[in-house]
Amino acid sequence: MIRVWLPPHLRTLARIDGEVTLDVAGQPTQRSVLDALEAAHPMLRGTIRDQVTQQRRPFLRFFACEEDLSHEPPDAPLPKEVASGAEPLLIIGAIAGG
Amino acid sequence: MSKIRVLVGTRKGAFVLTSDAKREKWEVAGPHFAGWEVYHVKGSPADPNRLYASQSSGWFGQLIQRSNDGGKTWEPVGNKFTYDGVPGTHQWYDGTPHPWEFKRVWHLEPSLTDPETVYAGVEDAALFRSNDGGQTWLELSGLRGHGSGPGWQPGAGGMCLHTVILDPADPQRIFIAISAAGAFRTDDGGETWRPINQGLKSQYIPDPTAEVGHCVHHIAMHPSRPGVLFMQKHWDVMRSDNAGESWHEVSGNLPTDFGFAIDVHAHEPETIYVVPIKSDSEHYPPDGKLRVYRSRTGGNEWEALTQGLPQSDCYVNVLRDAMAVDSLDSCGVYFGTTGGQVYASPDAGDSWAPIVRDLPAVLSVEVQTLP
Repeated sequence: MIRVWLPPHLRTLARIDGEVTLDVAGQPTQRSVLDALEAAHPMLRGTIRDQVTQQRRPFLRFFACEEDLSHEPPDAPLPKEVASGAEPLLIIGAIAGG
Repeated sequence: MSKIRVLVGTRKGAFVLTSDAKREKWEVAGPHFAGWEVYHVKGSPADPNRLYASQSSGWFGQLIQRSNDGGKTWEPVGNKFTYDGVPGTHQWYDGTPHPWEFKRVWHLEPSLTDPETVYAGVEDAALFRSNDGGQTWLELSGLRGHGSGPGWQPGAGGMCLHTVILDPADPQRIFIAISAAGAFRTDDGGETWRPINQGLKSQYIPDPTAEVGHCVHHIAMHPSRPGVLFMQKHWDVMRSDNAGESWHEVSGNLPTDFGFAIDVHAHEPETIYVVPIKSDSEHYPPDGKLRVYRSRTGGNEWEALTQGLPQSDCYVNVLRDAMAVDSLDSCGVYFGTTGGQVYASPDAGDSWAPIVRDLPAVLSVEVQTLP
């Protein structure tokens, strides 16, 4: 069971309270977790990754286990604590703006 | 008794304002999509309870929302806008080639006859169409593929396709406008396009009368006379009597001919409205006085409409899509400001009153006249 924490605006959009839990087959990666997240909540397509390029949106970051994973390759394994569900994958919006 | 529904897009959400035909007491609903920029909300002429909204954010990109109950509830629909083929390049601000990149939807124009069909004008400039209620979008790439495309440049607000006008007399004809490429027209349903900028003069481009490169801010048409178009250009208010084949200036006695919004009275095709703005570097009204100007002669002769509008210390702007009219017997005129006010006039502009005063900066205003 993978746990994902979304920014408040995306929780509102997806009508989610609290964190999301996902079943991901095999070794979880950023790509497989985001694929599962978008499959479960299609309205999130395009809000975390660009629909065409699949690149992470520049004002979002991926944190887990007190590390910034944003620049890790999308197919790199996520930390074992995330894979086991002990720690969530945090999707964080930059605090810039008004 | 008829009802009026005003659809307001703002920097921090959408609002739906409703009133009876007296247009004196208003209910304000919202914000919908709180915290998101809503560039435009518009209803289908064929089904007034079908609304489309453009919701976007610097963090989370573009969403399209659809309502089937006049804006009470919404559902996100398709938000995948993919340029057709190899996107190519346009000119960047410094004149270098820059890849076409989708940024946001500026304007949604529902079909006049089919609630499931809607057009989207986007930045970087292109026109998309959905035939399935916004679920999927396809580019009408003949526009961007016009030979002049690689030479188009963005205006200060981005290279946006902000105006889409469907010809009620000819379903194959569509007018669009792009900042800062100019106006274009198709006569074959969007397959092929040509620039319609003859007569425009823009001193800020190397050839002031060039075929493309003009910063057209907005265009308006009265549905009974689709061959007559009124344009607020960056500077200059213009008119065409031949569906854009040629334009002539009708700025006349306006205190300044810079501005963004322009619209036409619902029942008097020669009565038009603009909101003069001091200059392109001072985006507020001259002398701190918020004045709508009305011409009953199709331009050139303008009168200031001031009753009920602030006549001192007012430094707001009125953006290009932030003016609209209703179609009641006594035509109502509406506009929103970057200061968050939405003003309404139930008497064709003679007098004004704010519906609301403290919304986020208003990006767009559309009006529906409901039975």
